[in-house]
Amino acid sequence: MHPVARDTLMAAVDAGWADPRRLYAEGRTARRLLDQAVEVLAAGLRVRPSELSFAPSGPAAVRLAVDGALHAGRRRGSRLVATAVEHSAVLAPGRHRAAQVGDERLFAEVPVDGTGRVDLAALAEAVGVAGTAAAAVQHANGEVGTLQPLGLAHGVCRAAGIPLIVDAQASLGRVGSPASYDVLAGDAQSWGGPGGLGVLAVPERTRWSLPGPAGEPGLGRSGHTPWVPLALAAAEAWQQAEATREEEERQARALVDLVRAAAAAVPDVEVVGHPTDRLPHIVTFSALYVDGEALVHEFDRRGFAIASGSACTASTLEPSHVLAAMGALTHGNVRITLPLASVSPRRALDVERFCAALPEVVLDVRAQLGAEHL
Amino acid sequence: MKPEIDQAPPPATLTVDARGLRCPLPVIRLAQAAGDRAPGTVIALWATDPAARADVPAWCRMRGHDLLDVSESGDDGGVHTAYTVRLGEPAR
Repeated sequence: MHPVARDTLMAAVDAGWADPRRLYAEGRTARRLLDQAVEVLAAGLRVRPSELSFAPSGPAAVRLAVDGALHAGRRRGSRLVATAVEHSAVLAPGRHRAAQVGDERLFAEVPVDGTGRVDLAALAEAVGVAGTAAAAVQHANGEVGTLQPLGLAHGVCRAAGIPLIVDAQASLGRVGSPASYDVLAGDAQSWGGPGGLGVLAVPERTRWSLPGPAGEPGLGRSGHTPWVPLALAAAEAWQQAEATREEEERQARALVDLVRAAAAAVPDVEVVGHPTDRLPHIVTFSALYVDGEALVHEFDRRGFAIASGSACTASTLEPSHVLAAMGALTHGNVRITLPLASVSPRRALDVERFCAALPEVVLDVRAQLGAEHL
Repeated sequence: MKPEIDQAPPPATLTVDARGLRCPLPVIRLAQAAGDRAPGTVIALWATDPAARADVPAWCRMRGHDLLDVSESGDDGGVHTAYTVRLGEPAR
């Protein structure tokens, strides 16, 4: 979390603790603070304040985005189209819904190419199938960083009269906000904001409504009223991130390029994801004949917190669906999400140290398996 | 249990049994078996690890081998996936 946003959060616990729906003085103060936060975030996403809502988390925002689009489109049918590399907040409920009804056509997964970009022809075909109610294409992938061609995807969906849900959980605040969508979902953590706050942008032109009875009127179209200090901290973090974004993006890209080059220089290591059309701060690579869990531990021992899409590091023992959909090697996988410079001022040094350690760690772990000469 | 429309893969010269092993071991066993064998050699790999479904094709792509067939097989030992690989020209 951004240090200034942290200070805001602490101060707001005192100033904005009250329920913003109440009419006493503290409630009115909380309401005023919340309205300010909404204004900042709505401007950042280039929507009107009335078009912005909140959710209890990024994944919850994504699920709301899908539920509302499907419910509003229920006369057309209940089929959902999604890329094979969407977040599990899209894929898991989609598969579950289809399985419950016993009709696998209710959920269609559109393939991606080797860089992780959606196959637009397959998307066009999928949204053209009768009974389709909505389509989901992420802005960028949180595991491999690849940006999707959203303008083209939106055009394809528009031509078929299908609303496009865009999951921007990995990208908001890191690159320019997407403009091509009908419903947008994000996570305040992506721009250095607090955990436990998802955002949802539903422009007035979009037909979107949640199933079930209307609850107590809340904020925006989701009706979820967030804890005000979280919204304030998210707005503060947004302003901080926005003010430094271009320089931050340039620096992060340069650091990630160093990691990509260091990884590619190790024998039988493949850097995964699109080489240029990608988020500035995420880098992923897979090392042949290497145990992902051993890599995580070995880097952790040296003070690096890395993630992995390898099956052995997942509680399910299933490899990353993103790597599998791209045809990438899933074992020996390492994923680095670079923190913002404002959050981690020493990151350039850390990257330098990581690049220096990388070849030795990979070769050591490979040698432990007796696979160094294969 | 192969679809009728597919041609049966050619019989394998050798079979690598990696059932019960987890990633990256099935691919390592396969690579060890491939060793310096002549291009065109057909190897069958039996594996139960779900990651092999992605990693065997990725290994074939990286090493220039052909993945001829992937099919589910079952016997007394339970269900496994059988991968049939034909070795390509050595790339290195």
